Formats: sequence, C-alpha cells, structure tokens
Amino acid sequence: MPDLIRVGMADYKVGQSPATLISYGLGSCIGVSLYDPQTKIGGLLHIMLPDSTQARASDNPAKFADTGFPLMLKDVLKMGASQSRLVAKIAGGAQMFAFANATDIMRVGARNAEAVKKILKDHRIRLIAEDTGGTYGRTVSIDLTNGAYKVKTIDKGEKEI
Amino acid sequence: MSEEFNLSANQLDALREIGNVGAGNSATALSQIINRRIDMNVPKVALVPLDTVPDLVGGPDTIVVGVFLRVYGKAPGNILFLLPQKSAFYLVDTLMGKKHGETEKLDFMDESALMEIGNILAGAYLNAFFTFTQISMLPSIPALAMDMAGAILNVVLVQLGQMGDTAMVIETEFLSEDDGINGHFFLVPDPGSLETIISAVGVE
Repeated sequence: MPDLIRVGMADYKVGQSPATLISYGLGSCIGVSLYDPQTKIGGLLHIMLPDSTQARASDNPAKFADTGFPLMLKDVLKMGASQSRLVAKIAGGAQMFAFANATDIMRVGARNAEAVKKILKDHRIRLIAEDTGGTYGRTVSIDLTNGAYKVKTIDKGEKEI
Repeated sequence: MSEEFNLSANQLDALREIGNVGAGNSATALSQIINRRIDMNVPKVALVPLDTVPDLVGGPDTIVVGVFLRVYGKAPGNILFLLPQKSAFYLVDTLMGKKHGETEKLDFMDESALMEIGNILAGAYLNAFFTFTQISMLPSIPALAMDMAGAILNVVLVQLGQMGDTAMVIETEFLSEDDGINGHFFLVPDPGSLETIISAVGVE
C-alpha cells in the first residue's frame, strides 16, 4: 500500500492521493475524516475528548473535538481542498466497559460523537457516513484515492462506510 | 500539569518499591491460584506521553483481554490488568482445568474467572499500597473487555487526558514459568492522587 500515514491518538494528519491515513485502536475516541473528492485531499483527526473548555490547559489542541477540528480543516484548505466540496465521515465513540453506574467519563464516547457532529454543523461540513457507539474498538483508515473510509473491528472484520 | 509530576529520584524509587511489593503480592496470589511459578519484572514507574501508553503492550491494535477496576478512596485511580489474547486463553485453560489450546473464545464463565483473577490481583496489590501509605483504597467490581489494546487503554487515558498530556504509570509485567502467560498490570493514579500517595510515603 503506498504512503500509509499513521495518525496517533490526539493527533491529526492531512494528505493527498494516493496516501492512506490510518489510526489504530480507537475506543471512546473518534476518527474524523475529511475528504475533497475533486482534489483528492483529505485529513484524519483522532480526538479523545469533546470539549477543551472543560479540561485543564493542554499543549495539544488535537486532543479535543472543538480545537482539533479547525486545525485539520485549516490544513486541508491550505493544501488546496475546497470547503464546499469537503465531506466528513466519523467512526468510534464506543463505551468499552459496561458499568452499571457509568460516570460521565465512561460515556465520553457518546459525548465525543455529539461534539463532533456539532462542530461539523458549525463549519457547514456535510457528514455523509457514521459508525459510532457500541462496545468495541475500531481501527479506521481513509484511502485518499477514493475517499473510502474503512472501519475494522475484531469481531466483524473490515467494512467500508 | 507537569509541576504536579516533578518527582525526585527518591520519590520515584519509593513508588517503584511500593509497586514492587504490590506486584509481588499479586504475583504470589496468581501463582497460588494456578499452581505455577510467576516471575515479574521490576515495575516501571514512568511519566509517559498518553499516546505512547498502548505501545507498552505491543501497539494499539494488539488484541488483548483487559480487566478494569476503578479504585476508590483518598487516592483514586484505575487498575488495568492486560493479557495478550493468547495468554488470556492459556490462563482460562489453566483455571478451568482444560487442555491448553482448548479455549478459543471466552464464554461467560471464562470471563467471570478472569474478572475474579483481576479482582484478586488488585486486592493483593492495594493491600501493599495500604501497608506503605496507610491510605485505604477499595477496588470497584471488575469489568472485562477483549479488544484492541488502544481501545481498552482509552478508558484510562481519557480521564488523564482531561488534565494533561502525560500519564504516570506504575506497570509490572508478569510471566509464568512455562511462558504460557504474560500479563501487564497497570496502576494509573488519578492526577491529584499521586501527591496524596507521595506525601503519605513521606519521602522527599
């Protein structure tokens, strides 16, 4: 596979066809992909938490949905993507351990998904596919040759959304 | 957040020693249950960037079985016992008196047995902590998941992620004498807890 670019936790990468951006082992985290089908430019963001304003100061804005997404957006636009053509796909946001008295922090996956959807709406980016929730981990990748967003789980194998 | 983790060499040594005795207790307990010698390495006590924690157990997409317990008390935190899938199956075979290689997936009983192991290890570990610090810490009931290491570690890392970009991890590796089982035991104190533990130990 040409140009497999790994995106770590609380990180994002942008690129152009024929690169593939991949992020391994997401639990409650969410992988947000952006893709411009015409220029074949895109990005993948791996966020951990919904909201930077509810956390203590961090050196790493890519950790949060609200601060990470604008950074990735800026970078794909800088590379030549057009905001009106950009489409988003998201996956992740699981709750890995089921506790009867799940605290807020245990439900962070669902809160991450909500936060990501809100920020996409705020930036008027269309969300065209989603695979969130559940109780299992995911490895996600976006193939920038065609925008295919692949989600791999240990029980269900790989699927494209 | 880094100011909170400015530990002296002596303090790190003290934590390592507590971890050592705690893990020793746990290893002894595990060894008695499965009737095999269990070796362990000297605990790693380290402040590591959050995104590198999954690499400690073979990378974020390694399939592992994780038993998770929340720790309550004056110094709250999380305990995570991680076993590579193969080791977990081997441990289940041993516990259930099956032939090695017989377990290929976990049923309800198997999961229950592994959770109980997690419970016993955590109890033994926290006892040592109490001996040193006089801080009583109680584990929650255990929860279990079999999945990618990154996804399972997420649960622990997210809480720390709200406070900063690094995790203080006290980690011990267990190894059975026949090499069938190796596991990683993580104690990850909540950010404020470390201070409580350190001041209770009284090392400067």
